[in-house]
Amino acid sequence: MNNVFVYCEITEENHIADVSLELISKARKLANELKVKVEAVVVGNNVENLEESLYPYGVDIINYAEDKRLFPYQTLPHFSIVTKLIKEKEPQIALFGATSVGRDLAPRVASFLRCGLTADCTSLEIGNYEDKKEGKIIDNLLYQIRPAFGGNIIATIVNPNTRPQMATVREGVMKKEVYDSKHKGEINRLDVSKYVNDSDFCIEILERHIEQQKINIKGAQIIVCGGYGMASKPEGFKLLHELAEVLGGEVGATRAAVDAGMTEHERQVGQTGVTVRPKLYIGCGVSGAVQHRAGMQESSKIININTDVNAPLNTIADYTIIGDAFEVIPKLIQYYKKNSK
Amino acid sequence: MSLKIVVLAKQVPDTRNVGKDAMTPEGTVNRQALPAIFNPEDLNALEMALEIKDRIPGTAITVVTMGPGRAAEIIRDSMFRGADRGVVLSDRKLAASDTLATSYAISQAVKKTGKFDIVFGGRQAIDGDTAQVGPQTAEKLEIPQITYAEELLDVNQNNITIKRRLERGVEVVKSAFPLLITVHSSAKPCRFYNAKRIMKYKHAFSQSEAQAMNLDTNLWKDFPYLKIEEWSAADVEAEDERIGLSGSPTKVKKIENVVLTQKENVQLEPTEENLNNLIKNLIDTHIIG
Repeated sequence: MNNVFVYCEITEENHIADVSLELISKARKLANELKVKVEAVVVGNNVENLEESLYPYGVDIINYAEDKRLFPYQTLPHFSIVTKLIKEKEPQIALFGATSVGRDLAPRVASFLRCGLTADCTSLEIGNYEDKKEGKIIDNLLYQIRPAFGGNIIATIVNPNTRPQMATVREGVMKKEVYDSKHKGEINRLDVSKYVNDSDFCIEILERHIEQQKINIKGAQIIVCGGYGMASKPEGFKLLHELAEVLGGEVGATRAAVDAGMTEHERQVGQTGVTVRPKLYIGCGVSGAVQHRAGMQESSKIININTDVNAPLNTIADYTIIGDAFEVIPKLIQYYKKNSK
Repeated sequence: MSLKIVVLAKQVPDTRNVGKDAMTPEGTVNRQALPAIFNPEDLNALEMALEIKDRIPGTAITVVTMGPGRAAEIIRDSMFRGADRGVVLSDRKLAASDTLATSYAISQAVKKTGKFDIVFGGRQAIDGDTAQVGPQTAEKLEIPQITYAEELLDVNQNNITIKRRLERGVEVVKSAFPLLITVHSSAKPCRFYNAKRIMKYKHAFSQSEAQAMNLDTNLWKDFPYLKIEEWSAADVEAEDERIGLSGSPTKVKKIENVVLTQKENVQLEPTEENLNNLIKNLIDTHIIG
C-alpha cells in the first residue's frame, strides 16, 4: 500500500526520541493526505512496550526489530534491517531524524536503494510535479523544502522516479502533536536473524559516554539570542546570560557565534541547530540569515537589537532597537528590575 | 608495514563569507564572487590521515577531489601539508550531480587509485551541509563507516580505534580495514604547510593547468610526483546514466529567492523612555515577568 515510514530513534532511557515523535506527527498528516498508513520502524533492545508512546501520535503499524545487539545504534545492522524492510514493504516515503544516527543511516540506505535523499528539510508537503522532459505530471509527490546555498534561496526538491522519497529533519522543526489518544495500531515483529548477518557487527563499541541533555533551549519561553556581533568582545555572551537569567529565559546563538567559539553548539538556533518557538525572542547583534530565521520565525514576539537598520531580521521583528547591544542590554536589565517589582 | 589512505576533499565556495554580490540579480549563485576554499572538515580529515602517516611511516596518502580543473589548487595545498599524490576527477558529465551521483563517481575514482585501507573525508561540505557523500561512498565501496571521528586513539597494521563525537557524548569504536571515516570539525586542525614540501611540490600541476598556463608536461617524465592526475568519468569507468543530472534522483522543482514578509516593525531609538516603555509593555502583556 506504499505507506509512510518513520525510522524511530531510541534514547538512552529507552524512550522514543522526540525527533521521531515529531516526524510521526508530520507523517500522519502526509499519510492522511495520501490515504495511506504510518509505519514506525523501531530497532533496538527491549523495544517492546513502546506502543503506548507511539500510537497516540498516529502510528498504524509498528515494525519491531529486537535483539540485545541492536542497542546502542550501529550503522550496518540497522542499515540491513531498514533496507530489507523497505524492499519488502515498498513505502513511498521514509523519514529520518537529522541526528547523529539519522545522518549516519539515511544516506547509506538511500545509496543502497539508489534513492534521492534531502537533508535537513524545514518543511514537507504533498504536491504534483511536471516532468517537462517526459511531458507528464506526477501527482502526490513529497516536496522536500530546505534553504540552500548559504541560505540565499529556498529550494523545493522532489524525487519523481525513485521510491521511497527520503528526507531527514532536525529535532524541533516539526511539531509533536497527539493525533488521537485512543488511536491503536498493529504490531509486526521481525525475525531479526532474517534481517542481519553476524558480519554486520564488525565494528566494536569499546566505550560510550552519553550525557543527559544539559542545555535544552527548545522548550524555553524566552530566548536571548546572540549573533556574531556579540562575539566581538569576550564579555558579550556573559551579558546575554545576565539578561536571560533576569528574564527567566535561555541563551541562544547564531551559527556564526557558535563557530566563533563563543558558546555551546546546543544553543545554536536555526536550520542546522535547534528550532525554537518562544513567547519572546530577543536578538542581540543578529543579522538574521535565512537559516537562522528558519529556526525562530515562529516566535510570538521578536525584538532585535542591532546597529544595522537594514538587518534582514528586522523585517520579521516586531520591534527593532537601533543601537549597540552592549549598551542596550544593561539598560533592559535595569528597567526590567525596576518595573517588575 | 604501512597503510594506504585516500582522503576525499572538496573545494567549496566560502559560504561563511557570503557578500552582497553572492547572488546575481536573477537570483542565481554568482560563484565568481565567492572565494574558493578547502572545505574545512576535509582539512580535519587530512590531518587525521597525516597523523597515521606520522605513526606508521611509509603510509601513503592520496587526495581525491571532484570538481572543475581549478580544484587542483586544493591538491597542491594537500601536498604542501603532507599528501603524497592527488587526483582531480573532472568532467562536464559530472555537473549537476546530487549526492548519490557524486558518491558513485567518487567511489569509482577511489577504486581506480588502487588497494586502500582507509578512506577519510570531512563530515560535510559547507556549501551543502548534507553529510551524505561520506556514508554513501562507504556503501558504494561496500565497506563499513565510522562517522563524526574526533580523535585517533590507536592505529596499527590491522585495525583502528577512533573516538566519535555524538550530540551528547562520545563513543570509542574499533574497526578492521578497509573502512571509511568521516571527520568532525572538533578534531585536530590541520597542520600548516611544510617549507620543504612547498619547495618540492610548488610546481605540481594538472593537465588542464598545463594547457591553461602553457606549462611543459615533459617535466612529469623526470619528476613524476609533480603530476596532479586528472581523470574523466570514462577514466574511472563511471556509467553515464549514474552520473550528472541523469544519475541524480533528486530534482529541483523550484528555487525561490527568500522573500521576507514584512511585519509591522517598530523601530526604536535606544532612549531611556523607549526602553522603559518597551519593558513595561512586555510585562503588562505577560510576555515577561
